[in-house]
Amino acid sequence: MTAPATHGAATERRGLALPSSIDGTLVTLVLGAAILWFAPAGMGRYGTYVLSLWLVMSIAVMGLNLTLGYAGLKSLAQAAFMGLGAYATALLTSKLGLNWYAAFAISGLLTFAVGLVLGFPALRVQAHYLAFVTLAFSTLIWLILRNEQWLTGGVFGLSNIPRPSFLSVKLDGALEFHRFVVVVTFILAAALWWMIRSPWGRAFMALRENPVRAASLGVDTRMYTLLAFAIGSAYAGFAGALYAPLVEFIDPSPFSLSQSFFLLLMVVAGGSGYLLGPFIGALLGVVLPEWLRVVGSLYLIVFATIVMLLLIACPQGVSGLIERGWAKLTGKAGGR
Amino acid sequence: MGQVLEVSNIHKAFGGIKAVNGVSFAVQEGEILGIIGPNGCGKSTLFNCILGQLEPSEGSVKLDGRDVTGMRPSDLNRLGVSRTFQLLQVFPELSVRENLILAGQEHEGTMLSRFFGRRDAGLSEKADTMIGFFKLGHLVDAKAGGLSYGQQKLLDAAMAFMAGPRLVLLDEPAGGVNLTMLGDLKERLRAINAEQGATFVVIEHNMDFVMSLCTRVVVLAEGKVLAEGTPAEVRANPQVVEAYLGH
Repeated sequence: MTAPATHGAATERRGLALPSSIDGTLVTLVLGAAILWFAPAGMGRYGTYVLSLWLVMSIAVMGLNLTLGYAGLKSLAQAAFMGLGAYATALLTSKLGLNWYAAFAISGLLTFAVGLVLGFPALRVQAHYLAFVTLAFSTLIWLILRNEQWLTGGVFGLSNIPRPSFLSVKLDGALEFHRFVVVVTFILAAALWWMIRSPWGRAFMALRENPVRAASLGVDTRMYTLLAFAIGSAYAGFAGALYAPLVEFIDPSPFSLSQSFFLLLMVVAGGSGYLLGPFIGALLGVVLPEWLRVVGSLYLIVFATIVMLLLIACPQGVSGLIERGWAKLTGKAGGR
Repeated sequence: MGQVLEVSNIHKAFGGIKAVNGVSFAVQEGEILGIIGPNGCGKSTLFNCILGQLEPSEGSVKLDGRDVTGMRPSDLNRLGVSRTFQLLQVFPELSVRENLILAGQEHEGTMLSRFFGRRDAGLSEKADTMIGFFKLGHLVDAKAGGLSYGQQKLLDAAMAFMAGPRLVLLDEPAGGVNLTMLGDLKERLRAINAEQGATFVVIEHNMDFVMSLCTRVVVLAEGKVLAEGTPAEVRANPQVVEAYLGH
């Protein structure tokens, strides 16, 4: 019996050509982006706005999906991070006249840095204790947004937030801005797709499944915990940076604690730990209430009932349901 | 043959209970050292103190003469120290191959290269070799959570060897494993020890396994070292027979 050579440089797997690095998720993202590019045709301004809002919320949910779904860290501060990004972008573009792209980058960096700091408690406390730490942070941010009127406009908010241009083309129209949101969402989703497939993604999942064992295998659990928090928060910041010019007026209410719970619901209902789950979750959270307008004031009751039934029928969310259905069809065990 | 590990006067108390009470021993390079003792004598707590999972109340741990007391488990692992746990510790949602790639990936390149580099960190072939060596070849793409207990034990051991450690601490590797698989496991540990000079410290209750695998045995009782010697010397020690082995 000869033992495998475990010392020295690892051997490279041969034949890992480009096609094997492209999978169904990426194809779905490309197709989805192409469909959404043309989707607003005949929808009108409001329909286009709802589509754009769905994508913006999907970005925030993608970030929370990384923090919670992949790395297993329970955060109740995603809406607060989105608020930080939205207010930073609004102030930088409308008050200081900064270019939107620079404001977008600064919003991402700011929320990354704050997320990194908020990640430190996650090194010491877990599960519901961590959720309470993030809950306190969420409340703090909301109070700042509401009370520091000199900076944030308080309950009156900030208005006249400009929309960006792209190569000297103004994106003031609903359709133009929607297409811009499609491109930014696609880039951010593709970046996350790449990250989740890389060894980082494997380490994040190890963090969720068994952090003690992960550490014993050399995984720097401290570094990956902080990264999961910081990157997840930066995605909320990016979402906020798109949200502000989309609605052109922001006040503290969309960034409250209840909105963080709502984003959490979108992660779980869409399918926690599935890359496409956030799009489905945000569809349920943003578009379903629009479809339920026909039931008038009963819409929240109907919406809550649908979500409860969904989670009872499939705790892994809609993505889990699709995966189970696909596995039955093909006779194979599905994968995330 | 140098000294790889030196454990000096380790104490660990939980409230008023002294789980480990002044344990000292050394491990030579290439040695297979067994640690035996009754349940609750502090074996696993001792492992956790050595490996940074718990900080000892007192005492020191030296690796190649360097003080590593309280060093984080991930840093110790990157210095070539690996372990298995008493209870199963595989990643159930990942495939067998992914479990092994994970076990090796943090030893390759930097954080940046792990982000921008290859998805398998260049470890697929090495993982497949290890899977074949531990006779799990037919399960390479199966989710680890779906494997039998014995197969998960083999995978757990394979993961500990993936990064080519110099020192491996195995906590009850034979627990719950059937006789055939136990023979396989022993054969593989011997092969890795003989061909690569890897050093082992093994906690085990299966006396046949310990006595036939280990070159030296340390016996713990009530958090202290009761006896130390070759398997034959330990078997013949009346104190050990009285406290643990029985008549």
